[in-house]
Amino acid sequence: MLKILLRRPGLHGYAIMSMIKDWSGDVLRPEEGTLYPALHRMEESGWIRAKWVTKESGRRARIYELTTAGEKQLEMEESRWRDVTAAVNRVLRMA
Amino acid sequence: MSLWSRIGNVFRRERLSLEIDEEIESHIAEAIEQGRDPVEARRALGPALLLREESRDLKLIPWLDSLRADAVLGWRQLVKRKVTSTAAVLSLALAIGACASAFRLIDAMLLRPLPVAEPEQLYALSHVGIGNDGKPQVFENGEYPLFRLMRSAVKDQAELIAISPTNRTDVTYATDQEMEPAYVQYVSGWMFESFKLRPALGRLFTDNDDLQPGAHPYAVLSHEYWRRRFGQDARTVGQTVRIGNGIYTVVGVCEARFTGTQPGAMTDIFVPTMMHPSVTRSDSGWVGTWARLKPGVPAERVREMLAVIFRVFREERAKGFAGWPKQRLARFISETVLLESAAAGVSRVQRDYRRALVALGILVALVLLIACANVANLMTAQAAARRREMALRVSIGAGRWRLVQLVLLESAWLASLSAAIGGLFAWWSAPLVAGMISSPNSPVRLALPVDWRVLGFGMALTIVVMLLFGLAPALRASGVKPASALRGGDDPHSRGRTMHALIAAQVAFCFLVLFVSVLFVTTFDRLVTQPTGFAAERILTLETVSPRAQSPVFWNQVAEHLRAIPGIERVALAPWPLLTGSSNTSFVSIAGAAPVETPVAFLNVSPGWIETMKIAMIGGRDFRVNDVSPGVAIVNQTFARTYFAGENPVGKTFAMTGNRIPLKIVGLVGDARYRYMREPVPPTVYVPFASVDAKAVAIGVRQATFIVRTAGRDPLALSQTLRREISRLRPEFRVSSIRTQAEINNSQTLRERLLATLALFFAGVALVLAGIGLYGVVDYSVLQRRREIGIRMAIGAQSGDIARRVTTEIFWMIVVGAFTGLALGLISVQYVETLLYEVRGTEFSMLALPSLTILVMAFLAALPGVIRAVRTDPAAILRSE
Repeated sequence: MLKILLRRPGLHGYAIMSMIKDWSGDVLRPEEGTLYPALHRMEESGWIRAKWVTKESGRRARIYELTTAGEKQLEMEESRWRDVTAAVNRVLRMA
Repeated sequence: MSLWSRIGNVFRRERLSLEIDEEIESHIAEAIEQGRDPVEARRALGPALLLREESRDLKLIPWLDSLRADAVLGWRQLVKRKVTSTAAVLSLALAIGACASAFRLIDAMLLRPLPVAEPEQLYALSHVGIGNDGKPQVFENGEYPLFRLMRSAVKDQAELIAISPTNRTDVTYATDQEMEPAYVQYVSGWMFESFKLRPALGRLFTDNDDLQPGAHPYAVLSHEYWRRRFGQDARTVGQTVRIGNGIYTVVGVCEARFTGTQPGAMTDIFVPTMMHPSVTRSDSGWVGTWARLKPGVPAERVREMLAVIFRVFREERAKGFAGWPKQRLARFISETVLLESAAAGVSRVQRDYRRALVALGILVALVLLIACANVANLMTAQAAARRREMALRVSIGAGRWRLVQLVLLESAWLASLSAAIGGLFAWWSAPLVAGMISSPNSPVRLALPVDWRVLGFGMALTIVVMLLFGLAPALRASGVKPASALRGGDDPHSRGRTMHALIAAQVAFCFLVLFVSVLFVTTFDRLVTQPTGFAAERILTLETVSPRAQSPVFWNQVAEHLRAIPGIERVALAPWPLLTGSSNTSFVSIAGAAPVETPVAFLNVSPGWIETMKIAMIGGRDFRVNDVSPGVAIVNQTFARTYFAGENPVGKTFAMTGNRIPLKIVGLVGDARYRYMREPVPPTVYVPFASVDAKAVAIGVRQATFIVRTAGRDPLALSQTLRREISRLRPEFRVSSIRTQAEINNSQTLRERLLATLALFFAGVALVLAGIGLYGVVDYSVLQRRREIGIRMAIGAQSGDIARRVTTEIFWMIVVGAFTGLALGLISVQYVETLLYEVRGTEFSMLALPSLTILVMAFLAALPGVIRAVRTDPAAILRSE
């Protein structure tokens, strides 16, 4: 999610969800119910910030973007992911 | 998001919910736009309510949110029952306010450290001597030469500072005519530096201002005096002021926080000790010795060192005491020396009022407990009414702690509302009480700041109060068993037992408060109504000073002239008025025997003084104009009884020790109080005002008091005329103080008046509160047992029987409470004994009065409930069931 927001700041919830589906080629299908609590938790942690915008349809939408703290967090998560996958890969190669 | 925004969100949760809902709605709208089925989209998202709760709890602090919700609920509960809530808040407010007020006074008088550097290092020296009444008495003041010896002896262990008591003195600025009273304190030059005080203006004293006797005519003003007297005029420095016979230059103003070293009194003018007239005298004790211990030096070691110097000095002095009884002499030399912490200052007011204030503090604490018991009973009764509500809350999943919180928050509302009102009450009443113990001539000036000490006490008190009356009902509410509560309750009596125990406690405390206040009121009454032996009404006393000693002849001439002023009946002279605490004492020996054990009180009076004071003349004659002292004497009955076995002493002689001329008794008068109201009339010897020395030369007098009996009712009406006349007749004479004798008498009973008034007030409050509590409990128990009473009446019980059933238990509670109170009272009477006057705690009336009052109160309080019980209509009750 953070990655998405890094690339494409200013997305609302539904768009984020669709994006995850698209990017992962439908492999990752996030549970819709967990989306908002996750977003709000990240907002609470200060990784992302939100603001209200009015869309063309007249409906207000809450869009999110990454904060500096969020970028750092993303970097950390990515490097951790790389470490983990690398480790897993090594194990798989040995087998 | 920051903590603050989360706290902020607690108070805007409605908006928060709306925003979360809106975001979810917008999600669904988006889904529909993408062509998804609305129902499917919603289902995919899950229950909206759950989402909202989950997100909201993330964005705020859940416990704070629940606290807020419960606070709102508690407030609604209070508002719902306006009358009971108001009664509870007001009674608590009164009690909390009284407690806070008492704390302010006790703190300001006894606890608050002096606003100087390292007050905990300060100690004050005192010695235990024998007072005029023959009992041990603590003296703080000593001779300056002794202070010098002590200072050099312990200079490596402690820095000694000489500080005299603050004394009301007449001072004059600019013109020599306008005298005004000011409080003057003689202090060592190095005191300000040692206390690390800074000047607000000009400079303070240094070591160099305190070197040679009489050589440093400088004065430092206190900030408060500078503000009050000079309006903070910067030109005050450099002004001259006449104090006594010296002219001083004001060199500076001390910073505001320091008001002197005596709680209860404030210093206006500081003067170096070297300027005191008795600074070189070894026979005049006037100055207090303070010690600032060097770090790590134990106080006991310094005390021992000082005690040695004290003894040597006393031995030297005793060599000059001819004719003292041996035992007295030995005691004089070996008096105990004390070195006690003086962090909170040292003062007479402190000593006089310590016990009284603590006793009052305990009284108000008891009143607070009674008020708390009331509210606890109220809460218990309400908890009973809300059992179903509580049970319901538990059934639908409320935690026990949440219920405790709910009830405690309601208590917190009550407590904080009461504390707020009580705070206002304390703010208003503490200075009022300080004013009550203050008389025009000895004002009690107390710094009563509202600072963290007072606020902290208020907060702590509020929390304690809240827990006192709220915790038990809260725990009880949380312990509710939903099944049985919803079914209709299993033990209707358990609650009644708590309430009854609280009633017993209330009655016990109430009894104690009543008992102690009866003691105080009786003390005051006996003190005021006891005979003084003289008539105080219409007497005006004019204390008059002269820069040089004047022959007694001149003083008599002035008195003679004053007699001619219209509206004046009699004028007499004495060194001081009666009941001012001043006295002369001397040992006497009767018929050549060894000197008597206790010194006898002496007073020099002019002819006509006995008549002016309306003291009963029993035998012999008054002094004549040509009588001089020593030579003749008039004695009182106690003297005759003590030393002449009650025989008529007129015509007999006795001797003053150290004086070879015998005194011939020419008159016998009735007993009159001399120094203090509380002191038994001492054996008193009156001698002529005019004294002569060994060569029969008249001894000049520097200060004396004109005692004037006026014809008019208000003696003060003549004060200006008399003041003017005295200065006109002898320009050197200046009247320094004018007081009526009645005022002097009153100032002797200030403490007793204060105790009696306040104790009576709190006894009234305690009685009313206990009465309300009792009324509530009887009423409640009648309500609870409505069904039982209805059935009993239906099957033929008589009214008396019902009344007995309703009241028996409560009656026993009152008896238990009263006896507990009685026991507490008899224990506590030892503590207040020194405050009492000719009153014993075991006197019948002391015990009967509170018991009767409590019984009457209980009767009146229980009556409405009982009437309600016997008027119960069984048909109506049974029908409603």
